[in-house]
Amino acid sequence: MTREDRIKALNAALAARILTLDGSMGAYLQGFGLTANDFHGARFAEHPSSLKGNNDLLVLTRPDVIAKVHGAYLDAGVDIISTNTFSATKISQGEYALEEVVYEVNVDAARIAREACDAREAQDGKPRAVAGAIGPTTKLLSMSPEVGDPGRRDSDFDSMANGYEEQILGLIEGGADILLIETITDTLNAKSALWAAWEAFDKTGVELPIWISGTITDRSGRTLSGQTVEAFYNSVRHANPWAIGLNCALGPADMRAFLADLSRVAECAVSAYPNAGLPNAMGGYDETPHSMEAHYAEWARAGLLNITGGCCGTTPDHMEHMRHAVEGVTPRAIPARDTRLKLAGLEPFTAAA
Amino acid sequence: MTNLFANFIIVGERTNVTGSAKFRKLIEADDYAGALVVARQQVENGANVLDVNVDAAMIDGPAAMTRFLNLIASEPDIAKIPLMIDSSKWEVIEAGLKCAQGKSVVNSISLKEGEEAFLHHAQRVRRYGAAAVVMAFDEKGQADTAKRKIEICTRAYNLLTDHGFPPEDIIFDPNIFAVATGIEEHADYAKDFFEATAYIRSELKGAHVSGGVSNVSFSFRGNEPVREAMHAVFLYHAIRAGMDMGIVNAGTLALYDDVAPDLRERVEDVILNRREDATERLLDVAEAAKAGGKKKDTERDLAWREQPVRARLAHALVHGITEFIIEDTEAARLEAERPLHVIEGPLMDGMGVVGDLFGAGKMFLPQVVKSARVMKQAVAYLLPFMEEEKERTGMAGKSNGKIVMATVKGDVHDIGKNIVGVVLQCNGYEIDDLGVMVSCDRILERAKEIGADAIGLSGLITPSLDEMVFVASEMQRTGMSLPLLIGGATTSRTHTAVKIAPAYKGPTIYVTDASRAVPVVQKLLGAERETLVAETKADQLAARESYLAGQDKRPRLPIALARKRAPKLEYKPVKPSFLGVRAFDDFPLEELVPYIDWTPFFASWELVGRFPAILQDDIVGEPARALYKDAQAMLEQLVAEKWVKASGVIGFWPANADGDDIVLYQDETRAAELARLHALRQQMDKGEAKGNFALSDFIAPHGTPDYVGGFAVTAGIGEEEVAIRFKRANDDYSAIMAQALCDRLAEAFAECMHAKVRRELWGYAAEETLGYEDFIAEKYRGIRPAPGYPAQPDHTEKRVIFDLLNATQNTGIDLTESMAMTPPSSVSGLYFAHPRAEYFGVGKIDRDQVEDYARRKGWDLAVAERWLAPILAYDPALAKAG
Repeated sequence: MTREDRIKALNAALAARILTLDGSMGAYLQGFGLTANDFHGARFAEHPSSLKGNNDLLVLTRPDVIAKVHGAYLDAGVDIISTNTFSATKISQGEYALEEVVYEVNVDAARIAREACDAREAQDGKPRAVAGAIGPTTKLLSMSPEVGDPGRRDSDFDSMANGYEEQILGLIEGGADILLIETITDTLNAKSALWAAWEAFDKTGVELPIWISGTITDRSGRTLSGQTVEAFYNSVRHANPWAIGLNCALGPADMRAFLADLSRVAECAVSAYPNAGLPNAMGGYDETPHSMEAHYAEWARAGLLNITGGCCGTTPDHMEHMRHAVEGVTPRAIPARDTRLKLAGLEPFTAAA
Repeated sequence: MTNLFANFIIVGERTNVTGSAKFRKLIEADDYAGALVVARQQVENGANVLDVNVDAAMIDGPAAMTRFLNLIASEPDIAKIPLMIDSSKWEVIEAGLKCAQGKSVVNSISLKEGEEAFLHHAQRVRRYGAAAVVMAFDEKGQADTAKRKIEICTRAYNLLTDHGFPPEDIIFDPNIFAVATGIEEHADYAKDFFEATAYIRSELKGAHVSGGVSNVSFSFRGNEPVREAMHAVFLYHAIRAGMDMGIVNAGTLALYDDVAPDLRERVEDVILNRREDATERLLDVAEAAKAGGKKKDTERDLAWREQPVRARLAHALVHGITEFIIEDTEAARLEAERPLHVIEGPLMDGMGVVGDLFGAGKMFLPQVVKSARVMKQAVAYLLPFMEEEKERTGMAGKSNGKIVMATVKGDVHDIGKNIVGVVLQCNGYEIDDLGVMVSCDRILERAKEIGADAIGLSGLITPSLDEMVFVASEMQRTGMSLPLLIGGATTSRTHTAVKIAPAYKGPTIYVTDASRAVPVVQKLLGAERETLVAETKADQLAARESYLAGQDKRPRLPIALARKRAPKLEYKPVKPSFLGVRAFDDFPLEELVPYIDWTPFFASWELVGRFPAILQDDIVGEPARALYKDAQAMLEQLVAEKWVKASGVIGFWPANADGDDIVLYQDETRAAELARLHALRQQMDKGEAKGNFALSDFIAPHGTPDYVGGFAVTAGIGEEEVAIRFKRANDDYSAIMAQALCDRLAEAFAECMHAKVRRELWGYAAEETLGYEDFIAEKYRGIRPAPGYPAQPDHTEKRVIFDLLNATQNTGIDLTESMAMTPPSSVSGLYFAHPRAEYFGVGKIDRDQVEDYARRKGWDLAVAERWLAPILAYDPALAKAG
């Protein structure tokens, strides 16, 4: 199946049912007991700094492990898997002095995910999609790194967009079907990623659906950069996203109210992939596959959702329960486009008509 | 009154170096802290959007724009509103866009350099996610006549929309030019603007019109009184023509009606070019107006100060003057019989004038907000006198009821609500006013926390209507039943009936104005409640019936097909150890303690996290431990001293499914029917394999002897007295703690009883061994669904269970008319033992099942529709009318 056909099939499925995304990569990788050797491999054996914990690099050094994780989620029955590229930008990989391998990581990550999907498709004829994961990077464009110097910035729009563009070009080449700009803590970072996506589309002639997923950091209902859910939506709505949603930071119980806010305003598909609860004292997550299932089921029944998945702490087992919870439930109806002028600062502003 | 002008978007202009010398000097001197103060003032004065312009010869535009916007980003008070990034240089605009996380407005782009540059800029604006002001400017220059303005705007509109630019993101600036310049060609400039505006707003669908208003008075530089008069008159006409955004000084908007009649007429002659000698006639009085402007300020002061107190109060309210409000309010109080009469009389009359002016588009929001401030100060001054009066008349400390009031999320208007609050307070109601922009969560939490008797929602802007519907639906979802009062300028009887009331089963009542609030609340919280609720329901039904509109419906399965798709289960029933009813009066509280699920207890105190991990949490660990310690101490005392009594009753009966009913028999011969439980079946199309569930599926049909159980437990006998005791001692903390503990004990009781049932009393899981975690995660066989919850949304089934168990006599739990249990720390439900029994949601059901259900329950269809309202997949009013 070509990418175009797959996207068509995906859209048809999106209209008919609630689609499912995979869960956490990190939670699952922990089970492999990977050592520094796994991260360095032969290729980076002489690398001057430690690479342990640089999960994205495993795409080059332990592709078999990454393929296994994808396989486990596909076995759990999800429709979409995301590439292992959350930190695969120049800006984030700069922390490891690995800027040169960024493009390669993205191409390979997308290819590994694509192959995992193709293998399953060959078995049952059902297409699965690859979402190219684009994380927030390690820098913020709207906030100062220093309290005493509020006007300062660690990076700027152009450098950020430039880094994202390289990542997106790699994901396109490797075979991603969707771009998933996720865990957005600062909307300006996301806007630079959107800018980069169009630049990449212009260059390749390939235009992929864009999926945007923000992160509400706590019960205040704001992003880290201070926007409310609706202000965030107004600020990225110009991308005509294929889907918009929330992920990370919160568990399902705390995410619900904000998901409902988003679901009320979004004029495209709505997604949610929460953490398995809030991190506990040990840094682990307490929501079980069983306990999360009830939340997914309630969200689905309340008509809040079109796509669902899991973030930190979720496993293939969680995703299997989630899939059961939303199976057969009618997806959220996508409302007609609101034609009022919508602006935003930290808060939304909608003109009367 | 619908207010066309309430929606005018005010763009604060003071952070613009081309318009404000003060701001220019601050930026030139690198005084960005001072520049931020100017920005904050614009927001405080009511600007909806903040215009930022740093175009000056001595300023490095891109650098200054970047720095200022980065600084604004770290000031939440300022950054909350959208930005207008204003420059004649594209590189400055682009620098600004690269610092704005929100959706901004670019001011401006135009056809000045031709189509290619225009479309290139437009595409970039879109990719940065901004809206754009488009100047009526093309290759030939700026448009001055109406014809040219329309021609250029139409061309720009077509180009933009053909290239995918959303029409609503286009804001035309058809050029406001100076009039009264002495040059004849300029005389029609304002009229041309109005004409072009009207055309744009009617023909270029979706587009908006903005402009820099102060340009119009440019020829009167230095003469502020005349300039302000010209702005007031110009805006009045421009808004009528459809201008919906303007760059103005939010702090000094003059009122059309405030302009002295003679001056206003001369200004209007100029603006509308009504006579040849208009400019001369204005010039004739301009100097006098300027001189008089200063003199008149003091003169006018003196003049209005000499009026009677009633007029003085009205003047102060309309003009937002707080300077004399205390002395005037005191004067009015001395004249009045009761302090309340000052509010009901002159103050509310004054606010009436404000409302009329606002309604007529002669006052703007920032001015109304100033009026409200005056009102608040006056009322605050009167409150102690009213308190004192209450004490004297023996009303002190008495409350006729508690009402939580709030202006809903996204709305800042609270004048009406404040007045209603004050008036209700004067009538002995306790008002808990949560203020403005209050999220649904907070309103509901507060109402639950204080045990409110009613919630009052207010709003003035249209989106508030949707928010009110949301609040209503959340009240329904969270199982509230208290009255909901709806008020505020955009609300209406019809909207309340058609949109809000159907979302909420409790009484939802539209309150026209403050004067109506008292009688409504008196009835609602008094003896006439049922009458009022019934009247309102009938009234709203009528309103809905007259509101005919097609509604989107998701297809449901016909009930017959849904029944065919019932899950195919095997039945191997286990017989309970006894049949009939067994009561557990005064159940040992200490046995319940191990079954307490503490996680919701912490959640009720807004400490989020799973127990016991929450006690070690980095952020909430410390307060959680303190709370847990207090809770344990009180729990120990509560158990030892038996502050409350726990009572429960359970029963088992021979039963078989009969269609979607469950028939209960007198005895094992299954000859005589004892009672009938009714189940509702899922009608959503889940595909054939999944199964459309009803609770009756978990009971074997005739032929296989099966059983069903029921229970009602409470841990709340005496709870209310305990809470009152603490509240009397002004110890709200302990009062809430006691209630939270009783609530947990009731849930623990249900859990404990269910375990007993599984292991011994029914005994189908005698071998079951589960730990605390497993209980919380419900990892056991069988379910205990409660009526009113998703698996059986019909609360009236509680009545059947209560009768079977003789629950009121056996436990002391009562059922209210709306089938709520009192005391509230009570749980009731059914027991199903089937290994495949699970919790599910019935979801929305169609009319065929409702009719069938009504027949089975012996109800009229209308009764069924009322009890099942939240799960109806159709609108009964519409179905009837259609």
